Amino acid sequence: METISTLPPELIRMVISAIIVITFLFLNAIMMGYAERKIAGHVQRRPGPMEVGSHGILQMIIDGIKLVAKELIIPFNVDRTLFRVAPLLSFTPVILPFLVIPFSEKLQARDLNMGLIFIVTMGSVNVMACLVGGWGSNNKYSMFGAMRAVAQAISYEVPILLSILAVILMCNTFSLKGIVGAQQKIWFVFLQPVAFLIYVVAGLAETNRAPFDLPEAESELTAGFHTEYSGMGFSLFFLGEYTNMFIVASVATVLFLGGWHGPHLPYGEYLGVVWFLLKVYFLLFLMIMVRWTYPRVRFDQLLNFSWKYLVPFSLANLLITAVVVKL
Amino acid sequence: MKQYFSELFTGGMSLVEGLGVTMKALFMPIVTVQYPREEIDISPSFRGHIDLILDPEKNSYRCITCGMCEKNCPSNCITVKGEKLEGQKKKSLVLFDLDFTKCSLCGTCVEICPVNALEYSKEYNLAAFSREAFHYDILKRLEERIK
Amino acid sequence: MLESEYQEQNRFFLNMGPQHPSTHGVLLIVLEMNGEYVLDPQPVLGFIHRMHEKMGESRPCPGFMPNTGRMDYVCALPYNHGYVSLIERKAGIEVPERAEYIRVITSELNRIASHLLWLGAYLLDLGAFTPILYGFDDREHILDILESVTGSRLTYSYYRFGGVCQDIDEKFVERTRAFIKRLRKRYGIYEKLVTKNIIFIKRTENIGIVSPDMALRYGMTGPNLRGSGISYDIRKNEPYSVYPEFDFEVPVGRQGDCLDRYMVRVREIEQCLRIIEQALDRLPEGPIRSKVPKNIKLSPGDCNFAVEAARGELSYYLIGDGTSTPYRLKVRVPSYSNLSCLPELGRGILLPDLVSILGSFDLVIPEIDR
Ligand code: SF4
Ligand code: SF4
Repeated sequence: METISTLPPELIRMVISAIIVITFLFLNAIMMGYAERKIAGHVQRRPGPMEVGSHGILQMIIDGIKLVAKELIIPFNVDRTLFRVAPLLSFTPVILPFLVIPFSEKLQARDLNMGLIFIVTMGSVNVMACLVGGWGSNNKYSMFGAMRAVAQAISYEVPILLSILAVILMCNTFSLKGIVGAQQKIWFVFLQPVAFLIYVVAGLAETNRAPFDLPEAESELTAGFHTEYSGMGFSLFFLGEYTNMFIVASVATVLFLGGWHGPHLPYGEYLGVVWFLLKVYFLLFLMIMVRWTYPRVRFDQLLNFSWKYLVPFSLANLLITAVVVKL
Repeated sequence: MKQYFSELFTGGMSLVEGLGVTMKALFMPIVTVQYPREEIDISPSFRGHIDLILDPEKNSYRCITCGMCEKNCPSNCITVKGEKLEGQKKKSLVLFDLDFTKCSLCGTCVEICPVNALEYSKEYNLAAFSREAFHYDILKRLEERIK
Repeated sequence: MLESEYQEQNRFFLNMGPQHPSTHGVLLIVLEMNGEYVLDPQPVLGFIHRMHEKMGESRPCPGFMPNTGRMDYVCALPYNHGYVSLIERKAGIEVPERAEYIRVITSELNRIASHLLWLGAYLLDLGAFTPILYGFDDREHILDILESVTGSRLTYSYYRFGGVCQDIDEKFVERTRAFIKRLRKRYGIYEKLVTKNIIFIKRTENIGIVSPDMALRYGMTGPNLRGSGISYDIRKNEPYSVYPEFDFEVPVGRQGDCLDRYMVRVREIEQCLRIIEQALDRLPEGPIRSKVPKNIKLSPGDCNFAVEAARGELSYYLIGDGTSTPYRLKVRVPSYSNLSCLPELGRGILLPDLVSILGSFDLVIPEIDR
């Protein structure tokens, strides 16, 4: 007891939140994996996983165990260091944004005044993982995947930033708590519908989700940048993808859907997390539905779409916002 | 410019419509059958591997060991042997083997048999670890059924 | 550095297949690439060669029946049809009318099944996962219907020289009619999910344009040829069986891109339904199998018979020598010619487009390799 009291309280707070975050992250990936498979199943009029546990609820856990137990095969002639670093690189940066996401008024590990910028930066580190993994794999398909990932990320960062900027102009702060606080009366999705749409579309591309899953387009590149990965290496990419989705969805919630705001609950400053998660998972549900509905775009079309539609629209939107705010 | 916007609009609408289809499907009942637990009736004309017909009058097979099926099978997978057992006028069947690994389920044997001694079985749950497991002793199968 | 020199230096080879998700079977395409641009795709065949023709030459002609259904397992009945008609023509066997009607009905059902499967598989190539399962859902009904008469679900050997081996009953007619109704209702789903989808259109429109001239040069047939705007369908141009009695159209495309090939197939499904409907309405009574000599003698001389399979013109060529075993049997399969234009078509395109083109040809590799 004494040792604990001598430790700085801030450190304890950080450790506890780190543990919570990592637990949540795995839980989220398991839930998302299960939801994805179930939804995909029902969309295709089949039941999805049914065997392990009631309605296959334990399927993802079993799969996780299988993946962990598998040998991490390192193919001949790969760049060993890069090959091993890549999965970690895809996994680590997606943990950090959890530090600043305000789950509810009081549930936030750290309220950086540059929170939003922090998240965006961490989000773009993720593409490094694709690049490093694809490059290190010494496989032409992986290489294609890596190149695509980079091209895609570069062109989609721009509309994301521009659409975020429109919101920033309206509430004058980069702190996520501040942004949510500014939406007390009205959610920004109603004031900034264009920015919201742009953010969601660009977010899909940012997370490499279908129809923008070009880096791993399995019918073209077998599995893209993670073709050569097995076992835990593969599952870290997988975890990274789901967590990244969660982050994109929660940023969208914070920026546009009013974060923890919702009908009043007792202990609102803590239980706001219910509204927050509901909104996030609604967005995630949409993302899953989109994946199971559309064909994949071609990557030059994807870039065209970004530069021809998203960027001009977000610029125009930004301009209008600026003018309106000034007035 | 007009095309630019109209493309965006029609394109967007088509995407929403597509999403509508899958959303609707999400809430429709599933159409698949959970196989090991549920089974559907197979159609009466399903062709499994061949079997000897059990003649209810004789309580035995009808085969006269003529060897037509053996000769006409395009995949050479039937082996029939008949012997004249002591005290019998006609030959009786001592061996009727089917190498199911080669059978193409064409039905020639069933159709060619002069006394209609063959039928298709209704077995479709066939799996084994060795090839030999698919060398069926059709005669033995019949004898088991007689019992 | 010169542009061409630069291109030369950056060339590399990529083996697409024989195990690649979008080559649909064991087809190897050796791609010479520069970045994501395909410079020279060369298909390599023969991974699944099973000597079907030789098998046909080494056994009495009825023995080849089961093989026909296994060359193109997706659309087996037209293959059956071609072979039995060939022998019937060669040996001068009459076929009862009812049998011909049954053949047409089942063949057309099989054609629809094949097109539905293709539709799903093509969309899978383009990255959409769901249409294939909707396609399977509909196709399953066809397979159920066909199973009730043929006894098998995929590799049928249902037709016999001089007829078919099992008669269709009231139940079959009923189920088929119900299926026609059902499929017509499902058009909307496919249209909304696929045909109108902007991403799908962008992935297929103006991609892989096969000019009519090119299509003829490579001997392309079937929906791939019709997609290029040439109306050539064996069922119309070289009618066999009872096809002349039915009223149906031959859909053609405008310019021969992937979208046209898609549209031709989709519109063909409707025409198949029309044929089936008419055939069911006029189904004559009578025997389903004529008397055929036990030992069919194939007279010396050659004989040819072509039918329209789901992928194009399928023709059997046979030389007899007086015995019941063919001296020579040659099968002309549509996919082989359809694929052969790939090296010319695939020059200088992007890898995803190559996948799209390859899918739009509706290749069945075991049929090419035989
Ligand atoms: S079904 Fe055909 S292949 Fe099979 S045993 Fe009978 S004749 Fe031979
Ligand atoms: S053809 Fe019929 S009777 Fe002759 S051996 Fe075969 S099963 Fe027996």
